[in-house]
Amino acid sequence: MTGPSNNDFTVKFANVNGTGSSSANGMFMKSIFRMGVPVVGKNYFPSNIQGLPTWYEVRVNENGYLAPSGSIDIMLAMNAQTYGQDLDELESGGYLIYDSTWPREELMLRDDITVLGVPLANMCNEAFNTARSRTLMKNTAYVGVLAALLEMDMKVIEQLLLDTFGAKTHLIDANKQALKMGFEYAKENFDCPLPFKTVASDKTKDHFIIDGNSTAALGCVYAGATVGSWYPITPSTSLMDAFSRYCGNFRVDEKTDKNNYSIIQAEDELSAIGMALGAGWNGARSFTPTSGPGISLMNEFIGYGYYAEIPTVIFDVQRTGPSTGMPTRTQQCDILSCAYASHGDTKHVCLYPADPEEAFYLSVNAFDLAEQLQTPVFVLSDLDIGMNDWMIRDLEWDDKYVPNRGKVLDKDALEGMEQFHRYLDSDGDGIPYRTIPGVHPKGAYFTRGSGHNMFGGYTEDSDEYQDVVDRLLIKWETAKSIVPSPMKDFNKKNKIAILSIGSCDDAIREARDSMSKDGHDFNYLRVRAFPFSNEVDEFIDAHETVFVVEQNRDGQLAKLLQVETNCDVSKIKSIRLYNGIPISSKDLVERIMKEIPSGKAA
Amino acid sequence: MSYIKKPKIYGDKFTKNKLGMTFTDYEGAMSTLCAGCGHDSITGAIIQTVFDLDIPPHRMIKMSGIGCSSKTPAYFANQSHGFNSVHGRMPAVATGANAANRELFCIGVSGDGDTLSIGMGQFSHAVRRNVNMLYVIENNGVYGLTKGQFSASADVGSTAKKGAANKHVPIDPCQIAITLGATFVARSFSGDKDQLIPLLKAGLMHKGFAVVDVISPCVTFNDHEGSTKSYMSTRESKREAVYTDYIPPFKEIEISYEEGSTIEVDLHDGGKVILRKSDDSYSPQSRGDSIKNIRSATERGELLTGLLYIDESQHDFTDTENLIDAPLNSVDHQILCPGKKSLKNLLDSYR
Repeated sequence: MTGPSNNDFTVKFANVNGTGSSSANGMFMKSIFRMGVPVVGKNYFPSNIQGLPTWYEVRVNENGYLAPSGSIDIMLAMNAQTYGQDLDELESGGYLIYDSTWPREELMLRDDITVLGVPLANMCNEAFNTARSRTLMKNTAYVGVLAALLEMDMKVIEQLLLDTFGAKTHLIDANKQALKMGFEYAKENFDCPLPFKTVASDKTKDHFIIDGNSTAALGCVYAGATVGSWYPITPSTSLMDAFSRYCGNFRVDEKTDKNNYSIIQAEDELSAIGMALGAGWNGARSFTPTSGPGISLMNEFIGYGYYAEIPTVIFDVQRTGPSTGMPTRTQQCDILSCAYASHGDTKHVCLYPADPEEAFYLSVNAFDLAEQLQTPVFVLSDLDIGMNDWMIRDLEWDDKYVPNRGKVLDKDALEGMEQFHRYLDSDGDGIPYRTIPGVHPKGAYFTRGSGHNMFGGYTEDSDEYQDVVDRLLIKWETAKSIVPSPMKDFNKKNKIAILSIGSCDDAIREARDSMSKDGHDFNYLRVRAFPFSNEVDEFIDAHETVFVVEQNRDGQLAKLLQVETNCDVSKIKSIRLYNGIPISSKDLVERIMKEIPSGKAA
Repeated sequence: MSYIKKPKIYGDKFTKNKLGMTFTDYEGAMSTLCAGCGHDSITGAIIQTVFDLDIPPHRMIKMSGIGCSSKTPAYFANQSHGFNSVHGRMPAVATGANAANRELFCIGVSGDGDTLSIGMGQFSHAVRRNVNMLYVIENNGVYGLTKGQFSASADVGSTAKKGAANKHVPIDPCQIAITLGATFVARSFSGDKDQLIPLLKAGLMHKGFAVVDVISPCVTFNDHEGSTKSYMSTRESKREAVYTDYIPPFKEIEISYEEGSTIEVDLHDGGKVILRKSDDSYSPQSRGDSIKNIRSATERGELLTGLLYIDESQHDFTDTENLIDAPLNSVDHQILCPGKKSLKNLLDSYR
């Protein structure tokens, strides 16, 4: 790894939660974005309201790598509770900035770094009157310090303040003042700029900064979802918050001021999924966002949805398990529990977005698949995708999009029918026709989770029962052909490959670039859906070794591949990084290179 | 399951309602419950209710959970969509269905196990949301399908078939519902169609959550001496606090009621509920009085029946949520989707 250079470094902010630091950190990040330099922000926050340590890491990178770099070049140590830890984490040659209102001997222990003390509290106590603004403006002042050290464009920052605070001129003035104080202090007391700094570029055109819960929610809006039920749980809550916000903008009927959507905060996840199924059964596009513990609670109804064949979309924004785990840390630990959720023989269509951009498209896709296949469809995102600030390409939308409602018989079709049978496979693709309540008396059928035959009638007859569950397997085969295909980068001269899932994507992109420079070229496939298409089998077959990279302890993707493909399992080498922090290319390279015999070109 | 062949026809085959449909058109599959089960009488009362109210069967949905009671939606209105969900979780499904299409009539059938044990949470929250549905509890004090365990509505001292007495205090769905803010609470007996049918009618036409707790004896596991939910015991302890009439919209009130003893409540559909009191202290429009009446009856060893509480002034769930008047499931995608241009503007706000 090379050291920091212009437009290639990482700044970490160590704060106390509840002190208003996140808006200042966001301002720092967005200003760099507006200078045309790619950035990404990772938030490492506690499951707490106020008073505990929280970190925000901004990676500035001209190549647009979005995973953590794994090295911290500047540490904004604003939290005395974590000075020791923050000091340790800094790369050799890095810079530590702290509030020198209270000088700290212990921060001087490392002679391989530069400590820059700024009397932030003193400065703000003199300049501002209220306790609140004294606290808040310290944050803005350190952005001023960074602006001087990194030679950021002050005009850009000031414009951002105007855009952010709009008519609240008193806030604009105070922030400008704090920014200037920090900036001038740094100019007077330190060698500005540092050896690495920001340089205006043009790499952020047609990009924007957003989190994946927002884009997934936007996908729900664009797909035409009207009923969203949920129970609050980190890290999925902001998905429903975003849906609510977008619906407020786009879904209120202008004439009547009434809502073209229904958001129901349920009493628990058991109810949230029940509501989503009730709405899906009754012809609305419905969804429920949750996380691992919610999936556990929803299991019974998920099996019902599978067996009674009811469309709905379940967003699982994964967090670390097991049990309550670490609610504010990321993992990909529900791959197996979603794939086979519920008792009895069940398996479910799952989609795996890699970033907020894909979360939008796969969210729309999930609603189409749920209705085409008449089944609950999972979108497995994670905390990293869902809650962190990513720079992604502009989302595209085709106004010609028409929702695929699948095989739904309308009034006219029913009128002309002699008799409707709910679970008859008339087309041979395993997908029966369904009807929506309220449309026509001939469409009536009895939906049940108990044994039923192909006509929809109750059964305890072995053959009749088996007909239906076997037909669901035909539907599963159909699903294979219509779910999103994997993303693939294949060169037949490479014998070793990486196979991965979801948010590991960008660390892998960077790791491959880096290992390629050292003469190790790897092919790459990222699965985007379960069931796996045949392409996945073919890809594994075409290699000698396939490193399966994922973020959980037990290698859940590797296991799923072993069970659900016909590949030679001895080719699979599982690489697992699961400490709750998004994986960095640095760690990944280290892990993969350990497995490659020295001298052997990949 | 009984193998005794039972007649499927409950009533008059020839009389037609305003839609030109006969009673038979509102029937369902043949019941597989035990001969003499109270639930079958309730099924008959529901058929009579929807027939009399001229409800187009396809404009009605039938919801249930798990248990003997929850099988019954299969036995009425086979031209209506039915949803036999999982144990105790019908209220959630009904709530979602109601959000998707607020125009449909919704009848939920549950039991004392399904509502008062595993489903207590969902029941409470459906009450709280005032979901527009008729929620019938077929209450027999016992788990029938699993062969006779006490349910949460069994009275203290009531004995099981094999003689063991229940030790835990019963949960009364009516008192619970009134406390939770229910807008329509009634109690009746499966063996009293004259009382039950008008209550079901008024409950179905009430805009909001209507709970009708129907004592429905289990002939196989809870109809012996010592049970407080047997036919005999219910007939003896039942006291009708009020007789309820439902008068549909635009229909003249034909019977003259004695002044002072009646209460008239206007329903949102334009119909009326006329209550004829048998007791001057009875007041179905005060939660406090209503609970007091139920409790003092219980202390006297009586089961107070009739319309116990009604409040027509509350918004139902879809109104509270400010949903458009049309069903959400019928809104055109062009209206739901903000389109390409709005997306571009939205993204600009994130730069």
